[in-house]
Amino acid sequence: MNGHLHLWLVPLLPFTGFLINGILGRRMPKAAVTAVALLTTFASFAVVLNATIASTSGVPLPYTEICSRPWINAGSLQIDFSFVLDQLAIVMLLVVTGVGFLIHIYSVGYMHDEEGYWRFFSYMNLFMFFMTVLVLAGNALLMFVGWEGVGLTSYLLIGYYFKKSSAADAGKKAFIVNRIGDFGFLIGLFLLLATFGTLTFSEIAAKLAANPAWSGGILTTIALCLFFGATGKSAQLPLYVWLPDAMEGPTPVSALIHAATMVTAGVYMVARMHFLFDRSLFALNLIAIVGAATALFAALIALVQNDIKRVLAYSTVSQLGYMFLGCGVTAYSAAIFHLMTHAFFKALFFLAAGSVIHALGGEQDLRKMGGLRKKIPITFWTMTIPVLAISGIPPFAGFFSKDAILYEDFLRGSGPGGEILWFVGIVTAMLTALYMCRLWYMTFMGESRSPGLHPHESNWTMLGPLVILALLSTVGGWFGIDRVGAYLRPADGSIPEGGSWQLEIILSAVAVAVALIGWYLADRFYRRQPGIPGQFVAKFPVIYKVLSNKFFVDEIYGFTFVKPLLAGSKYLLEWVVDVGILGGSAWLLGGIATLGGAVLQRWQSGNLRSYAAWLAVGAAVLLLFVLAPYMFGAAGINITWAGH
Amino acid sequence: MNSTVQIVQQEIPLTWYLLLSAVLFCLGIVGFLIKRNLITMFMSIELMLNAVNLSFVTFAHQWHEVKGQIFVFFVMMVAAAEAAVGLAIIIAVFRARATLAVDRIDLMKL
Repeated sequence: MNGHLHLWLVPLLPFTGFLINGILGRRMPKAAVTAVALLTTFASFAVVLNATIASTSGVPLPYTEICSRPWINAGSLQIDFSFVLDQLAIVMLLVVTGVGFLIHIYSVGYMHDEEGYWRFFSYMNLFMFFMTVLVLAGNALLMFVGWEGVGLTSYLLIGYYFKKSSAADAGKKAFIVNRIGDFGFLIGLFLLLATFGTLTFSEIAAKLAANPAWSGGILTTIALCLFFGATGKSAQLPLYVWLPDAMEGPTPVSALIHAATMVTAGVYMVARMHFLFDRSLFALNLIAIVGAATALFAALIALVQNDIKRVLAYSTVSQLGYMFLGCGVTAYSAAIFHLMTHAFFKALFFLAAGSVIHALGGEQDLRKMGGLRKKIPITFWTMTIPVLAISGIPPFAGFFSKDAILYEDFLRGSGPGGEILWFVGIVTAMLTALYMCRLWYMTFMGESRSPGLHPHESNWTMLGPLVILALLSTVGGWFGIDRVGAYLRPADGSIPEGGSWQLEIILSAVAVAVALIGWYLADRFYRRQPGIPGQFVAKFPVIYKVLSNKFFVDEIYGFTFVKPLLAGSKYLLEWVVDVGILGGSAWLLGGIATLGGAVLQRWQSGNLRSYAAWLAVGAAVLLLFVLAPYMFGAAGINITWAGH
Repeated sequence: MNSTVQIVQQEIPLTWYLLLSAVLFCLGIVGFLIKRNLITMFMSIELMLNAVNLSFVTFAHQWHEVKGQIFVFFVMMVAAAEAAVGLAIIIAVFRARATLAVDRIDLMKL
């Protein structure tokens, strides 16, 4: 080990894959496209693995690698192109490249018969490039580059089936909503620059450490701006609306970008800049409240969705809410721990759902599934494990990480806030168990509701990653929060919790009990007495209507923002500005030119001799103009006819 | 007391040369504009060129600068080349049209 980790290879390798597949992929055989995409992604994973091993055997963390100094140099502003590897980045990178590689393998099977196979893999590699840049960035600007880049690839991949207008619209929606959040991020960056004069994380942290009493004020403003950016990328209230629609993309994309990695970028960013958020209690409280509200809100919507991928999308929104719930009480380790386990089991969820959809020839409606347990047994088992994991049943991964977040909330919230946050979390946990078991029952149990379909098990390029992820979803939580917290502490500065083991056990027991209640309810509603949901709908039609229409949020946004904007664009911008002012002035100028031309064309006689005459007259006029001062004595020189 | 005859060489003033040059130039312009015969117009152009040459050498003499005279050589050289080409064209035109009246050959095509 010579102490050099070659971090620059981590983003560069997928980027090379993107270039090769993007430029030549159309003419390359499928096998070559596959080889390029998989090899570059795997090589990137191998470099990360090597760096991880090196970090445990001597290379000190945080390890900085400067690729270009200065990258941007404008006056007093100096920004390096630098990568920083610390414990936080290692965990995130292992998740991104590891899960990313598994999903690449899965995609080979899933996308095999799709049009534009090369296009899909070049975008996926481009995503890996931007995501690793985001994670490794040593300063906020480079992070912003990755941040925008993953937004771009998200747009490209949601709109992958661009011939379908719903997919193209979903892509646009995701991009525009993300832009709104990114605006907040950008303002936050400017304020950071104005306040600290630098965007490098370590320098900002050092400046804050030198002023221990500094808190609130401008720091709150910056934290809120950055968090607004995070609500866009990580689909929190009020900007979560794009994520459910993003399910228009191919299922591996939903797994990689819209469940496991990109949407967790907001959580990662908050953890990365924890030194800033730590100084603003107001911002932290707001993050916790937004996280709790989003978790509950999305779980309620997920209860009544009928599209398998949409249920998973709202579940992702809800789980991201949990992560922010952890960040909001400075339990960053717990949030990152949950990020990791969530990446395992949610990627597994999506891939297994993809396998179900694949088996049914593209059917996504839960109401048309049922009875698949016997037909596709491996998919069934790999779907059961994440259901257990997300519901918080021990010993599966979700139990440990979710429990850690709820426990920290209970302990650390200010005043009665902690108990309230904990309570919201527990209610959400019950709802999570309920809607996930509902999905599970409706998909696999009972009798098939579409007898015409003949489901078939997927091939092993798809099932292999499922099995590996199932293994990770099972054992991924066994590290335990204590070990994860101790590992991450140098990077995220979170303090070990106090409390007692008795309290911890009581709270865990409550969480498990609540998950079992959720399971029991689902069992009752969707297996033993399937009439109950119908009766419930008949009894409370208003509640059902509000939930199944997702609280009418899309409609409210449409009415308050989109419609006025469209009307303003049409009447003010199109008719007044475009047609009136711009078009009018163009017509006016054109008219003047036409009229002037009509007058001046009389000079163009076509007679060469008259042109020569005009030439002579012009020369004479110019001469007169030059000589006028001398002839009229203005310049003080008097040339007389008599000479000197 | 010897009486020596002092020959006072009266130099011709600058202005006269310039006036001559201007007159020649204007004659050239007028000739070019009012004459119909291609050869006369051609000669008018030569006249203008030489009027300019005259003012060049005048100023060169006045300021004791050799550049003006060098310019004259350039102009003469170009004029000679132009005369050769121009006369060739005139002969070709005359062969084709049997006339040298410019207002009868003002079309670019035959």
